Amino acid sequence: MKRGPKETEASARRISRRALLLGGSQLALVGVLGWRMRSLQVDQGDTYRSLAERNRIDIELLPPDRGLIYDINGVVLAENEQFYNITITREDAGDVDAVLAKLARLIPITEVQMARTREELDEVRGDMKVTVAERVPWDDVSRVVVNAPALPGVTAELGVSRLYPQETDMAHVVGYVGPVSDYDLSRIDDQDPLLRIPRFQIGKTMVENKLERVLRGKAGTLEVEKNAAGRVMRELSRTEGEPGSDLQLTVDAQLQNYVQTRLGEESAAAVVIDLEQGDIAAIGSAPSFDPNLFVRGISQADWDALNERDKDPREHHRPLAAKTVQGAYPPGSTFKMVTALAALEDGVVEPEETVRCLGQLDVSDVRFHCWKRGGHGNMNLHESLKQSCDVYYYDVGQRVGIDKIAAMARRLGLGERHDLPMSAITAGIAPDKDWKRRERGEDWRIGDTVNASIGQGYVLASPLQLAVMTARIATGRSISPRLVRSVDGVEQPSGAGADMGLNENHLRRIRASMFDASNHRRGTAYRTRIVAEGMQMAGKTGTSQVRRITAEERAQGVWRNEDLPWHRRDHALYVGFAPYENPKYAVAILVEHGGGGSATAAPIARDIMLQALHGGTPPLSAYPASDRPRIEDQQRRLDLRDIRPGRTADRA
Amino acid sequence: MSYLEYQVKYVPSGFRKLLYLNWPIVFLVSAVCGAGFVMLYSVAGGSMDPWVRPQMQRFGLGLALMLVVGLVPIWFWRNMAVLAYAVSLILLGLVEVIGVERNGSQRWLDLGPMDLQPSELMKIALVMLLAAYYDWLPLDKVSRPLWIVIPLILIAVPAFLVLRQPDLGTTLLLVMGGGAVLFLAGVHWAYFASVIAAGIGLITAVFASRGTPWQLLKDYQYSRIDTFLDPSQDPLGAGYHIMQAKIALGSGGWTGRGYMQGTQSRLNFLPEKHTDFIFTTLAEEFGFLGASTLLILYALIILFCIASALTNKDRFASLLTLGVAVTFFLYFAVNMAMVTGLAPVVGVPLPLVSYGGSAMLVLMIGFGLVQSAHVHKPR
Repeated sequence: MKRGPKETEASARRISRRALLLGGSQLALVGVLGWRMRSLQVDQGDTYRSLAERNRIDIELLPPDRGLIYDINGVVLAENEQFYNITITREDAGDVDAVLAKLARLIPITEVQMARTREELDEVRGDMKVTVAERVPWDDVSRVVVNAPALPGVTAELGVSRLYPQETDMAHVVGYVGPVSDYDLSRIDDQDPLLRIPRFQIGKTMVENKLERVLRGKAGTLEVEKNAAGRVMRELSRTEGEPGSDLQLTVDAQLQNYVQTRLGEESAAAVVIDLEQGDIAAIGSAPSFDPNLFVRGISQADWDALNERDKDPREHHRPLAAKTVQGAYPPGSTFKMVTALAALEDGVVEPEETVRCLGQLDVSDVRFHCWKRGGHGNMNLHESLKQSCDVYYYDVGQRVGIDKIAAMARRLGLGERHDLPMSAITAGIAPDKDWKRRERGEDWRIGDTVNASIGQGYVLASPLQLAVMTARIATGRSISPRLVRSVDGVEQPSGAGADMGLNENHLRRIRASMFDASNHRRGTAYRTRIVAEGMQMAGKTGTSQVRRITAEERAQGVWRNEDLPWHRRDHALYVGFAPYENPKYAVAILVEHGGGGSATAAPIARDIMLQALHGGTPPLSAYPASDRPRIEDQQRRLDLRDIRPGRTADRA
Repeated sequence: MSYLEYQVKYVPSGFRKLLYLNWPIVFLVSAVCGAGFVMLYSVAGGSMDPWVRPQMQRFGLGLALMLVVGLVPIWFWRNMAVLAYAVSLILLGLVEVIGVERNGSQRWLDLGPMDLQPSELMKIALVMLLAAYYDWLPLDKVSRPLWIVIPLILIAVPAFLVLRQPDLGTTLLLVMGGGAVLFLAGVHWAYFASVIAAGIGLITAVFASRGTPWQLLKDYQYSRIDTFLDPSQDPLGAGYHIMQAKIALGSGGWTGRGYMQGTQSRLNFLPEKHTDFIFTTLAEEFGFLGASTLLILYALIILFCIASALTNKDRFASLLTLGVAVTFFLYFAVNMAMVTGLAPVVGVPLPLVSYGGSAMLVLMIGFGLVQSAHVHKPR
């Protein structure tokens, strides 16, 4: 169409105006974009730069090797075991089902594992490793590695875990580790980033728990550059951490093995203290359990078994409890040394002074019985300990008074929480008048003193405390128990202790009485004496009631333990030291509801003591001739483990 | 239509036309494409493959097309406008039927050696047709409602087809580019005011339809809008790309982290790093200086186009030149606004820099038209 010059001019003018307007706004927008870039890149550049660094650089923790735990001879009690897990990555695998099917033909994979793997694969990001099988044996690992080309996305991942080669022997000493839980994190005040590593193992009980920080070591760090998918592209820098410190315990694994084996399935505890430095040579609690179960994640069946779900609660032997330090028992007659020493030191009783035992004593209208119904007749201090006369102590106890008895008990290590790296250590009770008012809100009554003087009533002690008491009587020094001999080769403070300041004559009398209790024909533990020259043991039996014997029962004569249900039978105890002339070990034995101390606890004490003194199975000649056939049979039946000292584990 | 209509005093002929080309635009376009090669080389991790080599071939082809188109008289292209629009529309229709689907969108036609994106062709074809329409339409009829309905339909039909692919970015570009030509042609202000009002209405409708069976956009488009409005609500999900793009951009600082040193793109934190998000890599590696240099190059191209249009007395030629310039402007402005977090992520490539054949060739043809208008303007 034809357009005149005028029209063209008009059109051009309008276009010019609008073009300038549009061009102007375009330039304005360009200005806005430029301003935006300036603000992002220049004004906030530092912020975004650091965000980019954080995006890119990730600090990975290098878990340190946990310190190893050895026994006194260098036998490994806890080590780090390397193992392989088989993992799969969805992104690399491609056809996950096909790869898993191929994998299942190479290594055994259960249906449960398969289902769990598929479930996890659906949940996590595509580049995350999902564990198919844990702790795969080396043969299976090598099969997977050899077939790697056919198994895209499948890798064998090296893991490290705790291993307790002594199994049940050390469960109640070393304890065990387990993956850190939310509960652990809420309970402990520990900022160590290692604890944030999933499934990082920390000590849960006993030495592993109490010396966690010593054993754990310090994390190393690995700075890596990662891409958006979280895949590591390269290492930037690496700082090695510090491995945890190695511990050497005072325990002798071989003796410990004997102790655990000898205690067997009894609900019992045994403590052996080396008198030189207070070293705990063995500290066994039975029944025990395999700590490795907990490290690997305990199965419901095992857990139920350890909690004795299928048993009457009154029959429970509590394998998970360390009765040596966690159990508080009435010490019974083993407490009589305390009452006797308190009386001698106080001077209210002369050693040769006699008390007439008629089998019972009435104190403020309450009748207290001696274990020997017919009575012991005239008893002096020596005879009263040797024959374990109760009435003598009823009388002497009242004369000394409970406060002095309690003070002596505390000097001998009772009623005090000994500082060992073990869990839930009980303080026991060495009761006095203040204690009763404080704890029970009642006044102390004279009957309480009578009961306490023979280790009944309110008095409670753990087997460890009884062993310490015996060690202090045997040496006159205030021995304190030591469980850790050295940390990274650095010797720990000795528990030898200073002289307690007790009159040596008094101690000598007590020891002599204990010697006769074990070696005199009329002593309570005569049948379980040691006959080997230079190894003879001095000791004291104890039979502590777990309930009051009613007058009716006494009248009916029903107080034979065998007639009672297990949970109402007396606890059997024995404390002793040997050799008498030059004491080397103190021992304390407790058998829960074991009946009489002389019948049940004393034989165990003798076997353990001989084992300790010999550093192995003792010759039969150490036993009285009449016992030898039985002992020989027993030695043959005990299934001891072959423990070789000096073995060092390879550090992972 | 006679040549004399323009009151031509002198028009170059033959190869003398080369001297009259708008050479600054040729150089600026080449410079921007060069920046594209450099960046594609970088995001490929220092390799000519897989992006730089094909991109260079297309650039060579595009440059040749630009010159050829530029040397052909502008009135020829005016006559071709209807045909170009018709062909583009048919191709868009074909996409609907036999298009290739990628990432949930059906935008491409498989042409053997390369995939063609007809919506790109349509951008230029629409501008051409609208320019021709207003060249034909007497000035006094420009603002009459009946004569406005026709261009609106011309815009709406392809826009609807593109929206169905779905390609929100290109739809917006088509509508805005077409609208700009209407504005330049002198359509009355009131229409634009009502269109803006209608736009607001449409946005309301888009949001109102969400969750209903007839919802207008796909879910991912809604989520993009959501995350644009608040990227922090989902930093690991949909907001991730925006966040990472801003980090890349911001970490560039004044002078950047150095060529091929950008950790964000190197370590794959950036999405679509060779296409829509390529600007973030440039900004990360060359900093504010590099980013603003590119921005200035773009702005200069626009300015030279406007200058050319203002000195051109031919209505078709100047409308076409301005229309191409606006389309080009919308491309880079929307892309840059998107990656700097000023606009939602709508999937618009950075013109001449992002990897992509159709967009590159179509833009080069567009600049060819600008050249043709420039060379053949009445003097």
